[in-house]
Amino acid sequence: MTSLSKKELQAMYAVILRIRLVELKIEELYPQDEMKTPIHLCIGQEAVPAGVCANLTKDDYVFSNHRGHGHYIAKGGDLKAMISELFCRETGCSKGRGGSMHLIDTSVGFMGSSSIVGGSIPIATGAALSSILRKDKRVSVVFFGDAASEEGVLFESMNFAALKKLPVVYVCENNFYSVCSHQSARQANSDISSRPRAFDIPSCRIDGSDVMEVYDASKKAVDNARSGRGPSFLECRAYRWRGHAGAGDPQKDYYRKQDEWGEWMAKDPLKNFEDALIKNKTLTALEIKAIRETIDKDISGAFEFAERSPLPKKEELEKYLFG
Amino acid sequence: MPWTKILIEKQEPDFDEHAGRDARKLTVPEALKETLDQALGMDKQVFVMGQGVDDPSGMFGMTLGLQKKFGSERVFDTPLSENALTGIGVGAAITGTRPVYLHNRPDFLLLAMDQIVNHASKYSYMFAGEARVPLVMIAVIGRGWGSAAQHSQSLHGLFMHVPGLRLVMPSTAYDAKGLLTASIADGNPVIFIEHRWLFKHRSHVPEELYAIPLGKGIVRRKGKDVTIVGISYMVIEALRAAEELQEEGCSAEVIDPRTLKPLDEKIILESVKKTGRLVIADTDWKTCGAASEIASMVAQKGFKYLKSAVKIVAWPDVPVPGSYVLEESFYPGKDDIINKVKELVKK
Repeated sequence: MTSLSKKELQAMYAVILRIRLVELKIEELYPQDEMKTPIHLCIGQEAVPAGVCANLTKDDYVFSNHRGHGHYIAKGGDLKAMISELFCRETGCSKGRGGSMHLIDTSVGFMGSSSIVGGSIPIATGAALSSILRKDKRVSVVFFGDAASEEGVLFESMNFAALKKLPVVYVCENNFYSVCSHQSARQANSDISSRPRAFDIPSCRIDGSDVMEVYDASKKAVDNARSGRGPSFLECRAYRWRGHAGAGDPQKDYYRKQDEWGEWMAKDPLKNFEDALIKNKTLTALEIKAIRETIDKDISGAFEFAERSPLPKKEELEKYLFG
Repeated sequence: MPWTKILIEKQEPDFDEHAGRDARKLTVPEALKETLDQALGMDKQVFVMGQGVDDPSGMFGMTLGLQKKFGSERVFDTPLSENALTGIGVGAAITGTRPVYLHNRPDFLLLAMDQIVNHASKYSYMFAGEARVPLVMIAVIGRGWGSAAQHSQSLHGLFMHVPGLRLVMPSTAYDAKGLLTASIADGNPVIFIEHRWLFKHRSHVPEELYAIPLGKGIVRRKGKDVTIVGISYMVIEALRAAEELQEEGCSAEVIDPRTLKPLDEKIILESVKKTGRLVIADTDWKTCGAASEIASMVAQKGFKYLKSAVKIVAWPDVPVPGSYVLEESFYPGKDDIINKVKELVKK
């Protein structure tokens, strides 16, 4: 299993597990109505941010969308600040001004998330331009969904990135659904990875539930960007296990294609990677237990921190309008 | 284009509040170019982009020679992708640069509304100051020669509506330089709207880089009977109106707010306190526009000073027409201002 060291593989596993456990905890507690903000869970899609961000340094930029918890965690964003943001607290990463769809942690290069579909794509492209102007060799990565590939701004951005050979990696997480609309109802050609080729941008379609596949493809893309060869595009197909927003998926039987569920459940990015690591002796049951305990402790610590954190002050409504 | 030469030279205003006779005078585009030149020279994080910035005419002269001097990495032509390029400006701005994005006309800003309104204006607030957007967007209002519905809009009323944006509308070359400097320096998204009919106007412009604070208006002419607030090119029409009114014994004070966001409410209120009468002249539609907003502000904060109703001189609620005959009835000017003033003063 690749050139990665045992430590690196374990770290990547820990990121997938951390995202999964955080999302499950949020889902479990969400019905209590203490997190008064929409949530968009990324359960089933954890391998994409884990595999991509394993190739990035702390200084590299990541931009995200409404379904951004996993991206934030994989880039190393502070968990206490993220959970506090969900609890609308002053200690939140956006001090309660953003909510779950506007996470940021610039100290680790997580530069913000937009809830306008495709909105972060040009911004990430601009950060890549900045990297060229400032000559600091940072790579910019933007995560977006399959529906963002329907937005004109993606095409405008890819054209500019290709024109200027910008160090940007476009990561499309194709989970097949925009709210309840299947990709087939929205796109004339389901091969999203074919679009960037119109701009001579290297592009591939991979199984986004397989973290090693994501790691290998994104390594190439990040290397290309860093060495001045310009942008790349990855279409990572990974199934959304939950509904568009909120806990669970109460309308599941009404919009999902019936025959796909079993196939994707068999592609659990967490279980499959865990099994493979155990099989090749990269990970033992004991090590899993230790990793899990650390994460559980972090999660309970983050929720406790958020719950006892102060709320924003009403008189500070207008603060931060200008920077 | 010859038409602009003729029209603008005809309308060259005869005022210059800063000048001695020997003072150096520049046109508005010359002043803007000098500012960009000095900003690029002073700060390596400044870059200039826009469709046609490297054209032989240098976007009315605003960018003439800058690419040659500073290189195509820092001064570059852009694809016609206004929304993406605005987002690219946002992304570059939050990562440490200071982009200046030039547009020929405000009409094209409509293609970038998602990035301007949903992103640039909100980045600081929704991330609680964790990232800031020092991005300046310049556009030049067109007028005349059949420019018509899609090449003559001002649209500043739209931008004034949105929290988180600065909105700057200079009327002299001196202010153009000082306010552009302040805009680049500001650290927030700035919509900087010029007017094509001001481009032949010359005024004293000091050589050194200087800034005029955003949110500080100026009294262009002192008076005691009526206050006329002029926005952008309408400052010129207001001054002409004031001159004619003076001949008839009516003393008009002309205020140029220079920036609409922030708006210098104090300078307007103090003037109205003195005169008791207010006419606002704008280069935009009246409905939900800057003039209506200023009228509303004065009604809320200075009602007790008013001796009569506030009057507005602005565009009728129709698109800008193509034919010069219709243009004549579309665009208000000094005579409309004079008529409104007379309605107020005779009461």
